[in-house]
Amino acid sequence: MSATYAQDFKENSGRMSQDLTHRAVIKKALNAYELKRDENRSKYLDWQEARQAAAEIKWEAINHLDRYLLEMTEKLEARGTKVFWAANAEEARNYVIQLSQEKKVKSIIKSKTMTSEEIHLNSALEKLGYDVIESDLGEYIVQLNDEPPYHLVFPAMHLTRTQIQAIFKNKLGSNTSDQPEELTMVARDIMRQKYLTADMGISGANFGVAETGMISITENEGNARLTTSFPKIHVALMGIEKVLPKLGDLALFLPLLATAGGGQQITCYNTMIGGPRQKEEVDGPEEFHLVLIDNRRTELLSDTEQRDALHCIRCAACLNVCPIFKSSGGHSYGTTYQGPIGSVITPHLRGLQDWKHLSSASSLCASCTDVCPVKIDIHHHLLHNRRNAVSQSPVWWEKILFIGFSAVTAFPSLFQASLKVARFFQPLHGFIKGSILDPARAWTQTRDLPEIPAKSFRQQWKQRS
Amino acid sequence: MRIHLYIPCFVDQLFPKAGMAMVEILEKLGHTVEFEESIACCGQPAFNSGYWEEARKVAARTIEGLESAETVVIGSGSCGAMIHKFYPELFKETPLSEKANALAAKTFEFSDFLVRKLGVTDLGAKFPHKVTFHDGCHGLRELGIKNQPRQLLSHVQGLSLVEMKEAESCCGFGGTFSAKFPLISSAMGDVKCTSALETEAEYIVSSDSSCLMQIQGLLSRQKKPLKTIHLAEVLVSR
Repeated sequence: MSATYAQDFKENSGRMSQDLTHRAVIKKALNAYELKRDENRSKYLDWQEARQAAAEIKWEAINHLDRYLLEMTEKLEARGTKVFWAANAEEARNYVIQLSQEKKVKSIIKSKTMTSEEIHLNSALEKLGYDVIESDLGEYIVQLNDEPPYHLVFPAMHLTRTQIQAIFKNKLGSNTSDQPEELTMVARDIMRQKYLTADMGISGANFGVAETGMISITENEGNARLTTSFPKIHVALMGIEKVLPKLGDLALFLPLLATAGGGQQITCYNTMIGGPRQKEEVDGPEEFHLVLIDNRRTELLSDTEQRDALHCIRCAACLNVCPIFKSSGGHSYGTTYQGPIGSVITPHLRGLQDWKHLSSASSLCASCTDVCPVKIDIHHHLLHNRRNAVSQSPVWWEKILFIGFSAVTAFPSLFQASLKVARFFQPLHGFIKGSILDPARAWTQTRDLPEIPAKSFRQQWKQRS
Repeated sequence: MRIHLYIPCFVDQLFPKAGMAMVEILEKLGHTVEFEESIACCGQPAFNSGYWEEARKVAARTIEGLESAETVVIGSGSCGAMIHKFYPELFKETPLSEKANALAAKTFEFSDFLVRKLGVTDLGAKFPHKVTFHDGCHGLRELGIKNQPRQLLSHVQGLSLVEMKEAESCCGFGGTFSAKFPLISSAMGDVKCTSALETEAEYIVSSDSSCLMQIQGLLSRQKKPLKTIHLAEVLVSR
C-alpha cells in the first residue's frame, strides 16, 4: 500500500505543480487572505505574545487532557447531554448510524466538520440510504462535485465561480450567472428547506470548554447555528484534543483562529452549546450527543517529542503559507488534513510507513512553524517523522547511499576525487542532459547544473599557503 | 581574531569564488583565517533524510575538527543552522553532546558575524547594479537573520536593492527534496524567479549558494538574463 499512497502523491503533486491555471487560482484566493490576515494581525498589541499565550494554554490542556475532558463531559452530562467516547473511526461512525436507526432519522444536515471527514461519516451514512447534505457553502459545493474538501478551512478554494456556476447548473439545474450572491441564493434556498425537514444535525466543535461544560462553534454563514438548533437531534463530533480549560480562554482562541484561519478579526457567528434544550427553554434540539473521538490521538499524546501537534486548532494558516501546498494543491495529499500539519499528523493517525512520503515532501522552509498560532514545531516534526521512519525501516538504497556519503566525507581526498570525475565528465553531459539516460535527470529535467569550476576552494586554499 | 572559516561542501566544489571572497573579506578586516581540510561536509543531507546515525558520523568529524577553533564562521545559512541548531539535537544524550553545544555556541553565519559580532557594515565595496535579495529559509527562520545582509548591501557603492515580493519564500531547493520531488521543487523556484524578475534587478544576491544554484539552474534553463551572485562576492567587488 505504501508505494501506492506515495506514488499517487508524487504523480498528482507533480502534475498539479505544472498546472499554471491552478496556481493562479490559489494565488488569487490566498492574496486576498494574506492582506486581511496581516491587517488583522496588526491589530494585536503583540501577535507573538498572543501565540505564546495560546501555546501555553494548549500545553496545559493537552498535558492534563484526562482531567479537562472529564470536567467538560461531567458538566455536559449534568445538563442531559449524551457523551460517547469513540476509540476509533469505526466506533464513532457506528454510534451515529445506530442513533440514526434508533430514532428513525431520514434526513441529516451537517455543518462543517473535518472530524467527520476523518471518520468517513458521509459515505457510511449515504451507503445506508440516508440523505446527507452539507450546509457550509464550500462543503456543499465540493459535495455536489463529488470530491473531498480541498483545504481545511476553504474546501472549495480551488474552484472558480464559473466552475461553481457549472456545478450548480449540472447538479441542481440552476440557471444563474456566476455572481457569488446569486450562487449563494441558490444554495440558501435549498438549505433553508433542509433545516426544516432534517431530523438530525451533525456539527463539529472548534473548542470544548472544561470549566463550563460547553462546546464552541465558530463560523461565518450561520449554517452551523441552524444545523445545531433546528433538527430535533444534534450530534457534535469532536477530537479529544479540542478541549480548553477555561471559558475565558475563548477570548484569545476565537479571534486567534479567525485571524490565522480566515484573515478575520472575529468570525460572524460564534455559538456555545452546553446541552440539549433545557426545561425552561423554548427552542433548541431535544437531544444533544457529543461524540469524543480518539482515533489514535492518544498515541500521538504518548509521543512526548511531537505531542504539541495536538495543539492544532485546524486554522490552516500553515497551508496558506506552504509553498508545497500552493504547488501541489490540497487534493494531491490524499489525506483529510492537508498541508504541513497534515504531513505531521497523518503518519500518526494512519501509519508512518504509508504516509512518511509527506514528511519528505518538504523543503523544511519553516514558513508553517513561523505562522502557527499555537506554536507547533511543525517543520521539525517533519524531520522527526523522517528519522522515525528510517529507524523503523530504512530504505535499502538510501541506507547504502548515506553509508557511502558518510564514508566519502570522512576522506576529503576521496570526496575531492569523486568531484574530479564529475568535472571530467561534465563536458559530455550536454549530450544526455535531461534525457532518460541522465543520472542527474531529477535535476536537469527542469534546471541547468552549475559549471564545475576548474579549481575547488580546497585547491585554491592549498595553493595560497 | 583567529577565525575558522567553514566552507560548505557545495561552496568548496561548485562555488569556490564565494569562499575565496569570504577569506579576502575576513583577512582584510585584519583577522587570521584558518580552514580545516579534514572536514568535507556538515552532514545535513543524511540528517534531513532521516539517516541520523550516518549524519552523526559525518557531524562528529566536524565537531572534532573544529574543537580547538576559537570562532567558526560559516558561509551558508543552511549549514549554519545545521551546526548551530541541529547539532545539539542530533547529539542530545550522546557523549558528544557537550562538544556539539560548544561548537553551536561559537558558530556564526557569515553576514551575521560581520554585522553583529564584528560590528562591520561597510566593506568599501562597489557594485553598480540593481539587485534583489533572496532570504535563504534556514538563515531567515532558523537563525533569525534578516537585516544583516541588507545592512551590508546598503553600504555598497552604486548598488540599489529592490525587494521582491517573495523575498522570504523558499526557492524550492531543500537539499534532497529537489531531487525527490523535482517538479514541486521547480514550481517553487519558478515563483521565486518570477518575483525576482518583476523587480527588474540584474542580480539575485543571497547568503546561500545552494539556493542560488537552484535559482540559477532555472533561470539558465529558461534563458532569463537575471544572474545570481553570493553576498560575499558582491562585498569584494571593487
